[in-house]
Amino acid sequence: MDNFLNVSNLSVSFDVRGGLLLRKIGTIQAVNNVSFSLRKGETVGVVGESGCGKSTLARLILRLIEPSAGSVSLNGLDILSLSKKELRKQRRHMQMVFQDPFSVMDPRYTVYRSLSEPFKIRNIKHSKEERLAKINELLEMVDLSPIHGHSYPHQLSGGQKQRVDIARALALSPEILILDEPTAALDVSVQAQIIDLLGELRDRMDLTYLFISHDLALVNYFCDRIIVMYLGNIVEILSAESVNTKPYHPYTKALTDNVFSTDPNSKPIHVLEGEVPSPFNLPSGCVFASRCNKVQGLCREVAPVLEATAEGGEVACHYPIN
Amino acid sequence: MAILKVLDLSVEFRSKEKVVSPINGVSFEIEAGEVLGVVGETGSGKSLTAQSIMGLTPLIGGNVFGSVLFEGKDLLTLSDSEMQTVRGIEISYIPQNPMTSLDPVFRVGDQIIEGIRKHKKISVKEAKKLALDIMEQLRIPSPAQVYMQYPHQLSGGLKQRIVIAIGLITNPKILIADEPTTALDVTVQAQIMRLFKEQTIERGISLLLITHDLGVVAQVCDKVAVMYAGNVVEYGEIKIIFESPKHPYTQALIGCIPYMGMKKGSLSAIAGSVPNANKYPEGCRFHTRCPHVTEQCKAVAPAMSKVSNGSLAACHLYE
Repeated sequence: MDNFLNVSNLSVSFDVRGGLLLRKIGTIQAVNNVSFSLRKGETVGVVGESGCGKSTLARLILRLIEPSAGSVSLNGLDILSLSKKELRKQRRHMQMVFQDPFSVMDPRYTVYRSLSEPFKIRNIKHSKEERLAKINELLEMVDLSPIHGHSYPHQLSGGQKQRVDIARALALSPEILILDEPTAALDVSVQAQIIDLLGELRDRMDLTYLFISHDLALVNYFCDRIIVMYLGNIVEILSAESVNTKPYHPYTKALTDNVFSTDPNSKPIHVLEGEVPSPFNLPSGCVFASRCNKVQGLCREVAPVLEATAEGGEVACHYPIN
Repeated sequence: MAILKVLDLSVEFRSKEKVVSPINGVSFEIEAGEVLGVVGETGSGKSLTAQSIMGLTPLIGGNVFGSVLFEGKDLLTLSDSEMQTVRGIEISYIPQNPMTSLDPVFRVGDQIIEGIRKHKKISVKEAKKLALDIMEQLRIPSPAQVYMQYPHQLSGGLKQRIVIAIGLITNPKILIADEPTTALDVTVQAQIMRLFKEQTIERGISLLLITHDLGVVAQVCDKVAVMYAGNVVEYGEIKIIFESPKHPYTQALIGCIPYMGMKKGSLSAIAGSVPNANKYPEGCRFHTRCPHVTEQCKAVAPAMSKVSNGSLAACHLYE
């Protein structure tokens, strides 16, 4: 099958300025030479700890941040070369659901008005009745009732707000949704509801998802393939099944080992020492070298590149496990 | 003997129009050296329970009923100054967010020794030695250097370790930790949880761990109290509760947590959301979301009773 979304060699760095004259004192390589692709209808998870560049990656793909290098193409169309006007036209095909449902809605707008915005922006003219019918249909799609159209954000629970945000993202029938930690602010019982809903919508509307999360168990459950990021770099791409059975990168292994299982008889957690280093002026070599228990001289000098694995994944490691 | 016994704890907030009672009839106990998990979703009253034990609820205008017996004396009857000594020396509290619980304008070292200097006659030099000792036990790299630094110079994991050091330096008998790892990354969470486990074993401290994360509870605690809408609904040994949960809420809660290798489509959500303390349902507070609801559940609140596996559950199914 053809690749639907193609990201190649995408990078972005931010200058850090300091001192009296705000001179450039260094750079943060937030996303470094990232390449991957999504097939139509696929759900791909991006997982990593804070500061690994997963949210920046989402924003780069939608061009909410301009990349320093690389290319993004959706359905064969190069997103990065589009003019502002053309980009706006294309945005309806790719929508984002944000992490914090509490801050995405205007507190002065009713749900109805918030959900009318996408149509107004796209200049889609409806009669009043048509608009109401369309919005009620959207609300129904996310298991809310038409009554919720009259509510203000503060009258809704966190789960309901996230449903409204999903409805907003779906309003213009996009083909791809980028979900940036859509359940991180919710309780587990509500998280399960939202995950159920997202799965149902994916099947019904033939959506493609890029699902960003720090929760490996959740990504493992919901996604077909998983991209593991560390300090702006992709360290491994693998299928959801192999995360548990055959991870190649020591960091992927460490992440799976650090999931707290609800089975009290499971073996004790193998703790990964240290913390994610600052992305400020990264040293050469493998980004994970400072915390890796298999580190050798080569790792500190030469950065490994992604290479194909036997299972059809990719791994960037000089000394992979297995 | 239990070192801390919470009996029938309730909290009320009064306003002109109405009385809101976010927690009611909460009871549990902690043995010396034991780790008790209090688990529940947002709004279940778990943090308020911790604050009430620490005697902090009156500060936010709450009236506390019931009793909190610490080594036999009721903390709720103590005067403010007596309670301050208990808080300083006997029971320590570790708040949720290490980013906001440290003072940005003081060196972390000074913040670690502030508590012990207030409650015990001890020189700065001795206190510093004690602090460096604890920092070392908490695996803080180059403690002497970190001691002189300001909070903004430290990472999230290090800040949380500093907050734990503040809690441990007075050598308390009980540590109450309110969601101590929610703000941290998974690999750092595992490090911090290991520290808690090590410290409770080494020092024989009892730990009251408040969390929404059932995985953390399963891996760290000896016993668990599951809270829902201001009530403890199930209480007992970890292994028993996770292997054969009895209360429908505990069952549902465990069912909605994804685990590694979980089969697609097997995640089960709980319909609805946690009720607001303003309008708890009549009868059993879980009846609006419970798959086993009967007429009795809608009218009568169930009491805690012993169930077949030896734990306690508040559900009419087992009466």
